[in-house]
Amino acid sequence: MSESDNENGGRGWFGRLRAGLSKTSGRLTEGISRIFTHRKLDEESIEELEELLIMADLGPATAARIADNLGKRRFNQEISPEEVRQALAEDIAAILEPVAQPIDIERGHSPHVILVVGVNGSGKTTTIGKLAAALRAEGKRVMLAAGDTFRAAAVEQLKIWGERTGCPVVSRAAGADAAGLVFDAYSKARDEGYDVLLIDTAGRLHNKANLMAELEKIVRVIRKQDESAPHDVLLVLDATVGQNAHAQVKTFGEMVSVTGLVVTKLDGTAKGGVLVGLAEAFKLPVHAVGVGEGIDDLNLFDPSDFARGLMGLER
Amino acid sequence: MFESLSDRLGGVFDRLKRRGALSESDVNAALREVRLALLEADVALPVVKDFIDHVRERAVGQEVLRSVTPGQQVVKIVNDHLIEMLGGEAAELNLRAAPPAVILMVGLQGSGKTTTTGKLALRLKTRERKKVLMASVDVHRPAAQEQLAQIGRQIDVATLPIVFGEMAPAIAKRAVNVGRREGYDVVFIDTAGRLGIDEAMMQEAIAVRDAVNPVETLLVADSMTGQDAVNVGQAFNTRIGVTGIVLTRVDGDARGGAALSMRSVTGRPIKFIGVGEKMDAIEVFHPDRIAGRILGMGDVVGLVERAAETIEKEDAEKLAKKMQKGQMDLDDFVSQIRQMRKMGGLSGLLNMLPGIGKMQKELAAAKIDEKMLSRQEAIVLSMTPRERKRPEIIKASRKKRIAAGSGTSVQDVNRLLKQFQQMQGMMKKVGKMGQKGLLRGGGGLPPGLFPGR
Repeated sequence: MSESDNENGGRGWFGRLRAGLSKTSGRLTEGISRIFTHRKLDEESIEELEELLIMADLGPATAARIADNLGKRRFNQEISPEEVRQALAEDIAAILEPVAQPIDIERGHSPHVILVVGVNGSGKTTTIGKLAAALRAEGKRVMLAAGDTFRAAAVEQLKIWGERTGCPVVSRAAGADAAGLVFDAYSKARDEGYDVLLIDTAGRLHNKANLMAELEKIVRVIRKQDESAPHDVLLVLDATVGQNAHAQVKTFGEMVSVTGLVVTKLDGTAKGGVLVGLAEAFKLPVHAVGVGEGIDDLNLFDPSDFARGLMGLER
Repeated sequence: MFESLSDRLGGVFDRLKRRGALSESDVNAALREVRLALLEADVALPVVKDFIDHVRERAVGQEVLRSVTPGQQVVKIVNDHLIEMLGGEAAELNLRAAPPAVILMVGLQGSGKTTTTGKLALRLKTRERKKVLMASVDVHRPAAQEQLAQIGRQIDVATLPIVFGEMAPAIAKRAVNVGRREGYDVVFIDTAGRLGIDEAMMQEAIAVRDAVNPVETLLVADSMTGQDAVNVGQAFNTRIGVTGIVLTRVDGDARGGAALSMRSVTGRPIKFIGVGEKMDAIEVFHPDRIAGRILGMGDVVGLVERAAETIEKEDAEKLAKKMQKGQMDLDDFVSQIRQMRKMGGLSGLLNMLPGIGKMQKELAAAKIDEKMLSRQEAIVLSMTPRERKRPEIIKASRKKRIAAGSGTSVQDVNRLLKQFQQMQGMMKKVGKMGQKGLLRGGGGLPPGLFPGR
């Protein structure tokens, strides 16, 4: 933990994001330069551009559309690598712009209930820890519910985050019924006047009907106490995920009405490029991105910075 | 995992099958679809290109033009090349070292290292009677060491006592020393999850490796990984040196292109696949079967093997035979429901059968879920032995009695009977398609597909 903290200590969030995206953008930039240094924008170069976008996980369909788009505007013109990057960044930012929305907890709910879901290993618990820290910094009273009663030591992991952020953690023994625990956590948070209740859940593959039914049950149980809850359902996506992210958003969306996305591990080599396709297909808000392992490494999603970072451009 | 890819290739080759002769432009049209399918399946672009080039080279020209059924010939070429790229034969763990044999587990955060460590430890313990010690050197993620300790208690495998504040290489060294002193056969070292570019963490993993000199270094990778699979494979292989790959969450619905990517950039075999949340949900990776699955040929060998492990071998053979002939009565149906549950539920089972790719949508529409299995079991158990043997005698009043007895409705009983009928039909169909698939090394293709062979 401390190592990455120190490493990231001196930089702003854009710096960290850009460092995170640098591998991708490094290759993209290099590729773009190679394509365009000596050429006009012709069909072959558009195809190569498309491939570079595919390699950033934008997916074949989105990549083709973005590349074609640029082609239509600038076909047969001399265009510098810098201009290509500019244009692509603008196109990508335009796609992402509508989905960049911070999470709004000032909607008059007490407590405001946030359910956090996702496949195994996507980073739910860490995201909850960072979210709790951010909300605490705003002066909110936050309670955490350790709804992952399945994975070994998941409760312990959340408790450590609870200690770090000064939030109480409602938990039960491993193997306990998660829905029951959530019911109790809600009562407690309401009775004791907490502003926000963050609910962790066990990671589950979205194609497992029985596990998804469990998740539905958690939602049903919360609604017994507050029909409007959960007020936010966050799907946590790992930036390394490929096109399967579409299946995840679709299925989790159908089962528990996902209201927003958080993308984690953007500080790795992974592109997170799938976000672009997701924004087009689902139009779900992207609330935040995780760009490091430190407690403060959760940032608002800024489409322009993200797109420019992806293309290796300065802000 | 590969269903969607199967569907896609299935569609392409259906078109090819309907044509007479196969020209170069036909091959190219098919390969464009294959390319797109592979990309959508998250196979890394360089790997896709390589694959397509090889298939084109083999497909265009003599080989194909001489073939009686060109479409099938392309299927065969794609299938063969997939198997080749996925790595030929199944590779087991290498434990040939002076005990304790050290196995180092590396991979990105959240790829499933710790769970996989537990699964492999349990496998070695139960199948090969090895004395296994597990140690987590993840001092970064909160409660990571505790997670492995809990898994150890769960599967009754020893874990190294946690010493707070100890550095990773020191923990690893201690694990090996304890392993040697206390006569362990195998020591697993579970490292901290890291992001590929995190130099500090990479250095730590190298220090751990140098401290323990592992006989196997397994890269644990998520089958849902996108194009990044290339970076991950390369980074870990060049920096740490990987001897094998474990692909996790293969029970998900990701198209699993990462399998192809990782294998081809590292040149290392995929040794195991994780297929579920339970600690015994790990299987040896069989390239031939997975390639067969990619092409919609199913995995009957896998089915029979998993069945043999979970239930008595004889029963497994009987089950496979009955399923293939479509000769089941309701007694078989209920005993199969029970066995199916043990084998990972109906969906897990059906995934392994050949020819299911196209039927899967119909099946999904029929909403076969596991809860329904228990309801169906209750319905069958409320029938008399005679009714179970001859379901056709079940008429209105019997249905009422059965519904009351099982706490369901007449509609439910009707539905079960209809589904049973459909299932019989389907199994018959499957049986016809998959007979050859039962023979290992038979290429997994239906008989008579290549008259010239």
